[in-house]
Amino acid sequence: MDLKEKLIASFLVFENQTDVDTYVHDIRTDAIKTFEEKGFPSKKEEAWKYTSLNSILKQDYSVFPKQENALEYKDIKKYFIHDIDTYKIVFIDGKYSSHLSQTTHDGMDVCLMSAALSKPKYRLVIENYFNVAATKDSLTSLNTAFSSEGAYIHIPKNKLVDKPIQIINFSTGNESATMVQPRNLIVVEENSHVQIIERHQSLTDNPVLTNSVTEVFTKKRAIVDYYKIQNDNTNASLIDNTFIKQLRESICSVHTFSFGGKLTRNNLNFYQHGERIDSTLKGITIIGDKQHVDHNTLVHHIEPNCESHQDYKGIFGDSATGVFNGKVVVEKEAQKTNAFQANNNILVSDKAAINTKPQLEIFADDVKCSHGCTIGQLDESAMFYLRSRGIPEKEAKALLMYAFSNNVLDSVKIPEIKQRINKIIANKLGVNIGFDL
Amino acid sequence: MLKIENLHASVEDKTILKGINLEVKAGEVHAIMGPNGSGKSTLASVIAGKEDYEVTKGKISFNDEDIEELAAEERAHKGIFLSFQYPVEIPGVSVTNFMKTAINETRKAKGLEEMPAKDMLKLIREKSELLEIDRKFLSRSLNEGFSGGEKKRNEIFQMAILEPQLAILDETDSGLDIDALRIVANGVNKLKSKDNAVVVITHYQRLLDHIVPDYVHVLYNGKIVKSGTKELAHELEEKGYDWIKQEVNA
Repeated sequence: MDLKEKLIASFLVFENQTDVDTYVHDIRTDAIKTFEEKGFPSKKEEAWKYTSLNSILKQDYSVFPKQENALEYKDIKKYFIHDIDTYKIVFIDGKYSSHLSQTTHDGMDVCLMSAALSKPKYRLVIENYFNVAATKDSLTSLNTAFSSEGAYIHIPKNKLVDKPIQIINFSTGNESATMVQPRNLIVVEENSHVQIIERHQSLTDNPVLTNSVTEVFTKKRAIVDYYKIQNDNTNASLIDNTFIKQLRESICSVHTFSFGGKLTRNNLNFYQHGERIDSTLKGITIIGDKQHVDHNTLVHHIEPNCESHQDYKGIFGDSATGVFNGKVVVEKEAQKTNAFQANNNILVSDKAAINTKPQLEIFADDVKCSHGCTIGQLDESAMFYLRSRGIPEKEAKALLMYAFSNNVLDSVKIPEIKQRINKIIANKLGVNIGFDL
Repeated sequence: MLKIENLHASVEDKTILKGINLEVKAGEVHAIMGPNGSGKSTLASVIAGKEDYEVTKGKISFNDEDIEELAAEERAHKGIFLSFQYPVEIPGVSVTNFMKTAINETRKAKGLEEMPAKDMLKLIREKSELLEIDRKFLSRSLNEGFSGGEKKRNEIFQMAILEPQLAILDETDSGLDIDALRIVANGVNKLKSKDNAVVVITHYQRLLDHIVPDYVHVLYNGKIVKSGTKELAHELEEKGYDWIKQEVNA
């Protein structure tokens, strides 16, 4: 039985365990039908031309964890941003871990999707937002069909959330191969501000496949800063489907730091519903071995006077491969749009490769849109310059690579995240230079 | 200190240096002059260890040790410094960060501890004053958007911090106005001692008015064809290089 058949068969079991009398039930049933029709995406589809899921779909994943696993905080502390106080929503193999988490209902809800899906008091929010921004593509539908757990964050009007929220999904891999499908819903009402850090971390050498869906609603003048730290081990794969619906004058930024994992696909979608919206999509990718990172972005400019800023930097070593597929759509009504997109890459090895494709569809005539992508090697003359000052080859390379990517960190607002990313980069490049001097 | 014997070097199968002999002793200042394309910058790069050039014959020794096989950074650790004709722009690395890394990597290579931050700041401040460098300049990206003069001044600033035994100044005077030339030359002169040496590569006499050479060599077609004292530089300034070319070709 292949994975698709297994998932469809599992759906019947899953449905029996859940309350069929809920609003979400019909959505799930429709979603599994969509997945059944479409199946997993193949390289024949334009959006998946350079990313093949074949090798990761071959594994015999356990779809529902059979047992609950516990972790000690001291063993996994390093995966948290632990030097500042944060709210935490932590999952182990898809199950909520209350002793690692710190949730709240004090003037806002920072809690669980399972609660939101079952308790009547959340029903209105679920009906208004659940699966509203998400698209009907096959992987998102698959997640929707099985959606049961994840982070649920609802910030009411005029609230400045006092500390960042971390959403962390651990996989223990006690079963030979695990598939998890977290489902997050984040609703930020008018004038509110929240910072979110998301991480998926496998603690095993067994294969892990995460197919995650996150919906974010940024209401009028709300501000959302979202940081995705992807530094997983080389047997873990992640398909991240994120849908962000912004209303007028809201500001939303997503920084994606991709330093590890077997295969990482980021489907990051922004929809601008209103005027004077600002969207920022930034990323640093530094990978080696046979790792693969694919950034598939969409910014949909629907109304006038909005901005979007995209800046993705990639460094690829060994036989690593990357994809950047950045689509910007500017509708006819979206006059005075400012849309910028840049994707710059360095290939450190002859076997590394990057496929980069900007895709602009502009239907308005009074807009400012720019895009640029570059692929290059490390500048030999710069290398000689650094080395002639006594900086050894490895450190010189690292310094140049760091310098190439570090402007992406300028817009990171949490210093501890900046420090952590600097540390991961130094580690990744195998050097010990104080980068954040 | 530096001894070059019958040095031949080529880049992409094109032979550029065709038998250079040069000896530089501690406390000396040598000037290397010559027309465009004679191999002056190649000689500087080969001494500093640029990998694009291949030494096909002859040898370079520094303090009685063969260095042809050493990497650029190892030569730097031994005390060789090249002031670049065209300093490279490196966005994203500040001047300060660059110097800190250079100092500490050099110390690491010598088995020393990293320099304490306080000493580092003091050193950087002292040397920036010597070169009349504005504090703001130090936090800018290395050479990015610097004027020609600022780049050259920054090179000598680096030299002042690293205190090399042998400094090779590759056309440090080009792109400098009179004031910058004075500052740069003054910096070099202050760093001069009986224990170190300077090789000045230049087209013109004017830098040599400030940094006075003990010896002047003329490089032409990959060879040193004439050597003399500072008077030779004046003669070249007056008469140009044609008479030398004629002498060689005759």
